[in-house]
Amino acid sequence: MIETRGLRKSFRSRAGRETKTVEAVRGVDLNVPAGEIFGFLGPNGAGKTTTLRMLATLIEPDGGQATIAGADLLTNPGEVRRRIGYVAQGGSTWDESTGREELVLQARMYGISKAEAQRRATRALEAFQLSEFADRKCKTYSGGQRRRVEIALGIIHEPKIVFLDEPTTGLDPQSRAHMWDEIRRLRADGMTVFITTHYLDEADALCDRIAIMDHGEVVAEGTPADLKREISGDVVQVGLDVTATGEAEKLLDGEEYVNRLELLDEGGLRLFVDEGATAIPRILRRIDSAGLDLRSIELHRPSLDDVFLTKTGRSLRES
Amino acid sequence: MKLARDTWLIFQRQLNLLLRNPVWVFVGVFQPVMYLLLFAPLLKPALGAPTQAEAYKIFVPGLLVLLAIFGGLFQGFGLIAELRAGVIERSRVTPISRLALLLGRSLRDVVSLIVQAVIITLLALLFDLRVFIGDLLLAYLMLALIALMTSAVSYGVALKVKSEDALAPLMNTVAQPVLLLSGILLPLAFAPGWLQGVAKWNPFSWAVDGTRALFNGDIGNDRVWQGLTIITVLAAAGVYWAARQFARSVR
Repeated sequence: MIETRGLRKSFRSRAGRETKTVEAVRGVDLNVPAGEIFGFLGPNGAGKTTTLRMLATLIEPDGGQATIAGADLLTNPGEVRRRIGYVAQGGSTWDESTGREELVLQARMYGISKAEAQRRATRALEAFQLSEFADRKCKTYSGGQRRRVEIALGIIHEPKIVFLDEPTTGLDPQSRAHMWDEIRRLRADGMTVFITTHYLDEADALCDRIAIMDHGEVVAEGTPADLKREISGDVVQVGLDVTATGEAEKLLDGEEYVNRLELLDEGGLRLFVDEGATAIPRILRRIDSAGLDLRSIELHRPSLDDVFLTKTGRSLRES
Repeated sequence: MKLARDTWLIFQRQLNLLLRNPVWVFVGVFQPVMYLLLFAPLLKPALGAPTQAEAYKIFVPGLLVLLAIFGGLFQGFGLIAELRAGVIERSRVTPISRLALLLGRSLRDVVSLIVQAVIITLLALLFDLRVFIGDLLLAYLMLALIALMTSAVSYGVALKVKSEDALAPLMNTVAQPVLLLSGILLPLAFAPGWLQGVAKWNPFSWAVDGTRALFNGDIGNDRVWQGLTIITVLAAAGVYWAARQFARSVR
């Protein structure tokens, strides 16, 4: 449904008298099949939004190729526009308009007749449980309601693909769960959904496949399960006093079952092992025999953050 | 005709939003009315006009052109608010005509200007201003073209600078010399030769002269067709340039 080859974009930014070129996106290859929720994961500034805006025809790529819903992005952006929907990160509704007015206008901007636009607006308001607020001004809506109007705006013309830029950023947990349900409903309606997020749990729970982006490049792509499986083994997290951490590191660093080891800021260690169940008793014995005080011990299956850490050398939470 | 349909769509939307907040009529008309009531009475003795009506014939056209220039130039502020709300970006992902995004907005501005101009003209009639309806309609056409140009340019600049803080001083810097060099408040006939020479290069001074000739019932005056031609060409150029800003990538 989306195929890109070597998509590039750089911006010139001016700081004082110097102009420097920032390579925001440095050659992105993507292949998104129809009917999936595809997640674009990465820290702020990784180039997710720039890539998305290129795919949505809002900025022109410097180079590369892309076919979106069968239309060529570079030679036929007009046709791409007809086939996609796009929901921006910062909102897109006007304070003084009502939700219904916005939906009717949006449908009509796609060339849909007035009567049909009104029918679609009513249907969308029902589907997104907004009928109650339909004729109130957007400025009276809650964050979650407003976001739902914006998603409804993005799909009012029944596109084949909808791009959602950080659809749950800034929502409370309940609205967020609600939004996930809405996004799954779009997929159930046969739409391909392309979302960006910097929430790991969101990518994990919601997306069929994800691409991890860092410094303008895709560093990993696959299903969340595949990506996690790639980092073989388990993670054992050992909670220790900060003072005892150094000694524990010395004790465990040489052990043959420990593949890799990391210090935790709050004291303690993260140990990457092949098999958690057999490693834990051995770790416990080592710590016990050295007389160190153990505060906690946890076993994790690898998370997407571990994937991110392995691919980029940084934790997504830190960046 | 896609362009006409799209333009009408945006025009309707913008007009609806404007009508929702009718305070603008008073705000827009308040200043010119003040000029009319508090400044114009000085003109009869100052200009040495034989009657008050003669003084209004000179002053009202200038006032209307002033309204058209300033009304248009400051429309960009509204667009920056729309830009910030994401409304422009939301429009730009749809296949709607880029020219229509501009024209729908600018035509709304033209209509609101004409409404204000009619109010001012009616008030001036109370002060014994008399003007032929045909001449008046042609003068309104001139005003409409001026407003179309200035609002288009204002939108184009707003899309380029993207911030109110940059737009306000820019527009003021442009508007002030344009105002002083167009003989709006007092006819340039009183100006020294060098000032008249400079003003010749200000297209608005031609528009003011033309509008004054129309209010004077002098439709055959060369300044009428010259002013209309100059402003038409500039309006077309302004619209073309501003529509390109709508089509360009806006960050």
